[in-house]
Amino acid sequence: MAEPLLSIRHLRKAYGALQVTDGVSLDVRPGEIHAVIGPNGAGKTTLVSQIAGEVVPDGGQILFAGADITRLPVHKRARRGLARSFQITSVLAGFTALENVALAVAAAQGHTFRFIRPARSDRTALEAAAALLEQVGLGARAQVPAADLSHGEKRALELAMALAGRPRLLLLDEPMAGTGHEESAAMVRLLEQVRGAAGILLVEHDMDAVFRLADRISVLVAGRVIACGSADEVKADAGVRAAYLGDEA
Amino acid sequence: MNTTSMRRAAIPLILFALLAVAPLASDGYTLSLLARAMIFALAAVSLDFILGYGALVSFGHAATMGIGAYAVGILAEEGIGDALVAFPAAMAAAGLFALVTGAISLKTRGVYFIMITLAFGQMAYFVTQSLSAYGGDDGLSLAVRSTIAGHRWLRDPLIFHYVILGLLALTFLFCRMLVRAPFGRVLEGAKENERRMRALGVNPYPYRLIAFTLAGALAGLAGALFANLTEFVSPAYLSWYRSGELIVMVVAGGVGTLYGAILGALGVVLAEEGLSLITEHWRILFGPLLVLIVLFTRGGLAAVLGGKGGADRG
Repeated sequence: MAEPLLSIRHLRKAYGALQVTDGVSLDVRPGEIHAVIGPNGAGKTTLVSQIAGEVVPDGGQILFAGADITRLPVHKRARRGLARSFQITSVLAGFTALENVALAVAAAQGHTFRFIRPARSDRTALEAAAALLEQVGLGARAQVPAADLSHGEKRALELAMALAGRPRLLLLDEPMAGTGHEESAAMVRLLEQVRGAAGILLVEHDMDAVFRLADRISVLVAGRVIACGSADEVKADAGVRAAYLGDEA
Repeated sequence: MNTTSMRRAAIPLILFALLAVAPLASDGYTLSLLARAMIFALAAVSLDFILGYGALVSFGHAATMGIGAYAVGILAEEGIGDALVAFPAAMAAAGLFALVTGAISLKTRGVYFIMITLAFGQMAYFVTQSLSAYGGDDGLSLAVRSTIAGHRWLRDPLIFHYVILGLLALTFLFCRMLVRAPFGRVLEGAKENERRMRALGVNPYPYRLIAFTLAGALAGLAGALFANLTEFVSPAYLSWYRSGELIVMVVAGGVGTLYGAILGALGVVLAEEGLSLITEHWRILFGPLLVLIVLFTRGGLAAVLGGKGGADRG
């Protein structure tokens, strides 16, 4: 079996008396889609924030490509190939779609510390950005300010920005949240295209999407992983049915 | 190129052309008024560079301007009266102050940033008050204006006018180059969404610190010119009140356009002068005027002339 790309070991985080992450261990292999599901308040977003580096865990370890990144700041993790989307859409609202992705490309190439030539004359960044927009289906919307894009389009734009750095791992925090049926289906198709190029840790509520995409699923309840396995294994797990799927399936 | 961007490209050109021909129709008094307005415009452009593109509302920007003025005053007192030495020294001193205070202030955001820059500004203000060797409270008079390579050119109001105008234009072009470069995109991106910039692998701090330092150095240049205009330096130049005036100029002119800061500075200096002819309590008129501009233009004078819509990043 391949060496895991991301490996989380015994991660712990408490807010006051509330143990939000209670000894979580999981890993993502290269090219794998590992979904994390769980009811609201299970600690999914806190987990993503710790992997991304915005929240410092109380205990445990995060290994990325073999290196300990538990204490590394956000931007340094990103430079190592850890890209993310946010649960609440996070784009640069005043920039056009193309400018958003072009800045992401420039950042990934380390071309942002430049003072003289205008950003709009950086042909390589713009061409790469245009290709990424085309890939996520926003080719025709390149010149539209990000603030004027639909919710689903912003989601796709965020994905394009995450892909700009050719990441080794994508952290996707509910990429389907708040999107319509059509847009969800489009996002699933997109992620199917992307899969293999990068490992993906997918936090998602949309069960259809999760069962379609995920190679493995971990079920998080009250800060603990109560089950981990293939879609069928997780569906069959009695504890999972009781804690989570029971009220849906 | 649409009409908005054409108008936006035209405004600075027209503005600089008007300032270039202004001496033809000006007496000595108007020239000194224009000089004052252009010097504040230079400082306002440097403030808009960090405020408009980085959301760094510095309430201590006048301190850097005042430090530039004091550098010229103190050097003149010590026998170094040439602009080729004094002006770079003024920029270096102001830039250094901005670098050191910025390194600390930029750890904070929002209101805390405003407060801490205000605190540093006031510290500099009180330091100049205690400089008893250089006039202390009373300030310091310049015996003569700075020479340029030994020539007393700045005595001539016309030459002085074009020196200020030239430096203002250079400052404008320099800041515009920076905001259009990838460097400026990061500054603006971090203003829009700092979390997103970090997730893209960019730590905004060094970008902000460089911008803050450059803005401080440019304000120091404005201060050096101001010391020459008034032939006097005093602690009042550094006071928070002056910093507030600079913010008013940037906001009234239009945040995030650079030329808006020039419009704002010209507007404020000329309005002060005009209104003070009507009444000595001119602030009673100036206050409401400012409120009206901010309420109804939503983007300041620049929006009135250049059309609405986001920051101007070329």
